[in-house]
Amino acid sequence: MAEHRILIKDACKYFGDVKALNNANLEIKPGEVVLVIGPSGSGKSTMLRCVNKLESVTSGEIYIDDDCVTAPGADIRKIREDVGMVFQSFNLFKHLTVLRNITLALTTVKKTPKAEAEEIGRKLLARVGLADKEKAYPGQLSGGQQQRVAIARALAMNPRVMLFDEPTSALDPEMIKEVLDVMLDLAKEGMTMMVVSHEMGFAKAAADKVVFMADGEIIEIGSPEEIFDNPKEERTKTFLQHIL
Amino acid sequence: MAEVNKDTKIEVTDGALIPDQAENSIFSAWNIAFFGALIILIILPIASPDPYRDILKFIPDGILTTFKVTILSIIFALVVGLFAGLGRLSRIKIINRIATIYVEVVRGIPLLVQLFYIYYALGKVVQLPRLTSAIIAMTFCYGAYMGEIFRAGIQGVPQGQMEAALALGMSRTQALWKVIIPQTFRIILPPVGNEFIALLKDSSLVSILAVADLLRRGREFASTSFLYFETYTIVALVYLVITLFLSRLVATMEKRMKINGRT
Ligand SMILES: Nc1ncnc2c1ncn2[C@@H]1O[C@H](COP(=O)(O)OP(=O)(O)O)[C@@H](O)[C@H]1O
Ligand SMILES: [Mg+2]
Repeated sequence: MAEHRILIKDACKYFGDVKALNNANLEIKPGEVVLVIGPSGSGKSTMLRCVNKLESVTSGEIYIDDDCVTAPGADIRKIREDVGMVFQSFNLFKHLTVLRNITLALTTVKKTPKAEAEEIGRKLLARVGLADKEKAYPGQLSGGQQQRVAIARALAMNPRVMLFDEPTSALDPEMIKEVLDVMLDLAKEGMTMMVVSHEMGFAKAAADKVVFMADGEIIEIGSPEEIFDNPKEERTKTFLQHIL
Repeated sequence: MAEVNKDTKIEVTDGALIPDQAENSIFSAWNIAFFGALIILIILPIASPDPYRDILKFIPDGILTTFKVTILSIIFALVVGLFAGLGRLSRIKIINRIATIYVEVVRGIPLLVQLFYIYYALGKVVQLPRLTSAIIAMTFCYGAYMGEIFRAGIQGVPQGQMEAALALGMSRTQALWKVIIPQTFRIILPPVGNEFIALLKDSSLVSILAVADLLRRGREFASTSFLYFETYTIVALVYLVITLFLSRLVATMEKRMKINGRT
């Protein structure tokens, strides 16, 4: 058995001439919460999206436990079932009710019977504090509520890993906390999480590691204290001065 | 030089309501045309029952046939169009190419020629009933336009929807049918409505194959009574009332959807 939950080895990703990801190496253990920070365009999203193969690496390898995501014959759909993803813009299915958003992948991918899927869906909605919204459509919910539904939708597949790409960036300030609270609960329950976010509060409360990226490279990895209070690299310092 | 607004789009599609500055007044162009036509249609047979009452008795069969051709063709065209649209977006080169050729071929041949071709030329191989030929030709033609509408509709669904579906482990095909295509219907409903109106008008071409549609019935009446002016006046007014009514319907639908537009 591998010790890591996620392993990124020498990953590179080019978009034409743009080197979005340059030789990234990162190991995440089961139950770890890793925060990824860095300026816009530094490759944070790209790294995350390579983990569930929304983008394919140009070179390098990525593993989820023993499953190689980057192998040519990899069963990518099976791997994606195990990797939940939460997007900045929620991306809820607009034509479906909240409950159906959560059960759709269960019934179409896992072939879970409808009643069972709905039971799972209702439990998850209760868990994110939206039990009364199952019949609502995404457009009728606030941003914070939508993002909590999106988290529930990802959890429905019972993933081993959760990826969050700036989950609170599109939210009004007063809604950020309700989403972070759900994420904190998840972290406490031992979910392995990779989170692109600049929420310092969340980082200090939940992150085991912070990864700083710039220009497609991982510049520095350390505990939240190491990165936020004593960054070693000049670029990390400069960046932190900008956001703090 | 004065700055030219490059975003100006000239959109005069066939079915759509023409923008009208006096839109909300009773004397809007639509009101005048629609109610004007309607009033004439009511007054003529009262004021002058002979021949107008006879004409109006003679053509309802034709109206039914016109709707039959239009509705059946639009339904088949939607099915053809869905696959043409998917084909145009396909990553498989050969499918993509076939779909694109289909669209180009249809666009390049006048509908009337397509009608003749399917009835007479193909008639050498398989002799199809006139009505069937007519519907096949209309479907073939409008399927291509529907294909372009579906293509735009599918492209109009935000990329994030597909990504979210894929991230959950769905296949591209599952995502397409369960997530993307259902969302295109809202987007394509107004243009499809406009195509319906355009098709209804174009369906008058099938009278050339002796399909007894509204125009054909008028022609039959006129050729026995020699009342060409009276008959075609009625035929034109009936077409006008139907298409004006439908374009208002489509415009209202469009407005509704803009208001309800869920984000
Ligand atoms: N689909 C794409 N096509 C072309 N370039 C891309 C694409 N996605 C990202 N990039 C480029 O890759 C670099 C990293 O982008 P991204 O990973 O989105 O950064 P971040 O999430 O840190 O803001 C940027 O220069 C961006 O313009
Ligand atoms: Mg990003």
